Amino acid sequence: MTTTIDAPPAAGTAARIREHVVNLCAGPEGGHLGGSMSLAEILATLYTRVLRVDPLDPAFPGRDVLLLSKGHGGLALYAALTEAGFFPAERLAEYGRPGGEFMAHPHAEIPGVEMPSGSLGHGLALAVGFGLGFRLDGADRRCFVVMGDGELQEGSVWEAASVAAAQRLDTLVAIVDRNRLQITGATETIDALEPLADRWSAFGWTVRQVDGHSCEELEAALTEPPTPGRPTVVIAHTVKGKGLPFVEDQPRSHYAKLGERQHAKALAALRRGAAS
Amino acid sequence: MTASSREVYRDAVLDLLPQDDRLVCLDSDTGLFDAAAFPERYVNLGIAEHTLMGAAAGLAKSGRMPLVNTMAAFASSRANEAVKIDIALNNLPVRIAATHSGVSAGHLGPTHHALEDLAVMRTLPNMTVVVPADGPQTGTLFRQSLRVNGPVYLRLGRNATPELPEAPPVTLGLAQVLRDGADVTLAACGPYPVLAALDAADALADEGVRASVLNVHTVKPLDVATIAAHAQRSGVVVTVEEHWRNAGFGAAVAESLAEITPSLVLRVAMPDAFVPVSGGQRYLAERGGVTSAAVAAKARSALGRSPR
Repeated sequence: MTTTIDAPPAAGTAARIREHVVNLCAGPEGGHLGGSMSLAEILATLYTRVLRVDPLDPAFPGRDVLLLSKGHGGLALYAALTEAGFFPAERLAEYGRPGGEFMAHPHAEIPGVEMPSGSLGHGLALAVGFGLGFRLDGADRRCFVVMGDGELQEGSVWEAASVAAAQRLDTLVAIVDRNRLQITGATETIDALEPLADRWSAFGWTVRQVDGHSCEELEAALTEPPTPGRPTVVIAHTVKGKGLPFVEDQPRSHYAKLGERQHAKALAALRRGAAS
Repeated sequence: MTASSREVYRDAVLDLLPQDDRLVCLDSDTGLFDAAAFPERYVNLGIAEHTLMGAAAGLAKSGRMPLVNTMAAFASSRANEAVKIDIALNNLPVRIAATHSGVSAGHLGPTHHALEDLAVMRTLPNMTVVVPADGPQTGTLFRQSLRVNGPVYLRLGRNATPELPEAPPVTLGLAQVLRDGADVTLAACGPYPVLAALDAADALADEGVRASVLNVHTVKPLDVATIAAHAQRSGVVVTVEEHWRNAGFGAAVAESLAEITPSLVLRVAMPDAFVPVSGGQRYLAERGGVTSAAVAAKARSALGRSPR
């Protein structure tokens, strides 16, 4: 996958994604804070350096497909889409407001959202269908599926993982946001996922592991050609709530409604992080 | 006896695949298709019904029209969330060919019976629900279903069932009027229920009671206009279905008519119980009370209680 030399640096986009997410979590409904913050570099890298998409023509036939299977990362997706130019940032004010189209989980009416999500464990099966379609079309397209690590406790993920490998869908790339937390605690104490890389390998996938907050590592892993005949999973090691020291790596970051003081504190923390 | 509706469906698919490159047959190891018959656009995904439905949605979103095969029990219950969220919510043109519906799985037992599928599928927005009453109309309705924009649930049986003795042209979305009589309306859905309604109409005719018989092969959208026209004239409707009595076809008729016309709606359906014994489709349906005698008895009892 090539990128144009004038593509914006992903790290700057990631910082702006975090700011949008914090602002949205200070809105009337609050929002899924922690799992959106852990996604910032993943989505920033995809939209600035990897995906072949066109914000002026979101449905163009040769586009790459991004499925946010962890639908509770919707705020980060909205932020990434507005940063990529799919809709003006003013539309984010619709989030959580009566009659607005921006819900906590992405809805397909939002420009750039391919499929709605929210119920976990659906993205990989959808991707199997896209992969079969790309093969039938002889199309040079790829499908990226962003999943949460807690989501991997859903059996449907492994059903689809098995089918994807059996169908030799090498246009399919899964990205696991491995922040190691779910609503009530650590994934490893609730329903352990480790040895996670071995699990994916055993299912017939090529496994790449990266620092999920390094745009350079993500770009390298997401642009490297696949092993022919094998789907690829990128396990992105991340921190839930990344960028906000007062909630980082804490389960309570999962959903938050930031009050005025917390909002200011969060924005200040992001500015300090950007300056460091 | 004709071929079973699933075999008619299979033959129609094999006929249509080479003619229409939008069509892709997605199978779940049902054994209905010979994989070698059309390898380019036939994919066996294995025993993975959630993935089957999700993949159908992804494939539809990439421009194809997937034809999905599984058993009705798995399509409607096991894979229901994928049908709801991935297919129906996106209003995608997936055709779900659900075989072994009702008690047509017979001795395979309650795990393989689908007596809830009409209830499940007709409550999903965007879903069209079609129940052919015999082999020939399975082919016709399946071909017509390719012109529907959104998803279609095609309720098929495992076994060969008799061809309807009298069959005017069938049109998806319109109830097929097999008999026209002013005294009582018999509205049926599915092979043996329609035959039971016809037999009951014959028995009632011998007693001087004139019955309409409607083959309501499209459960959603329901042809309320035709059903209501007959109901308004007779005041009495007996529904017949191979489905649990709750929330199925008879319930759909009753809830629609309740808002339009005062008419008595009596349901002949499978009782609110799992089927605890072995047996063939016809045996199990009759054991559940889905018989021509039950239809005629309901009609007789209702005629004395009609609001007309």
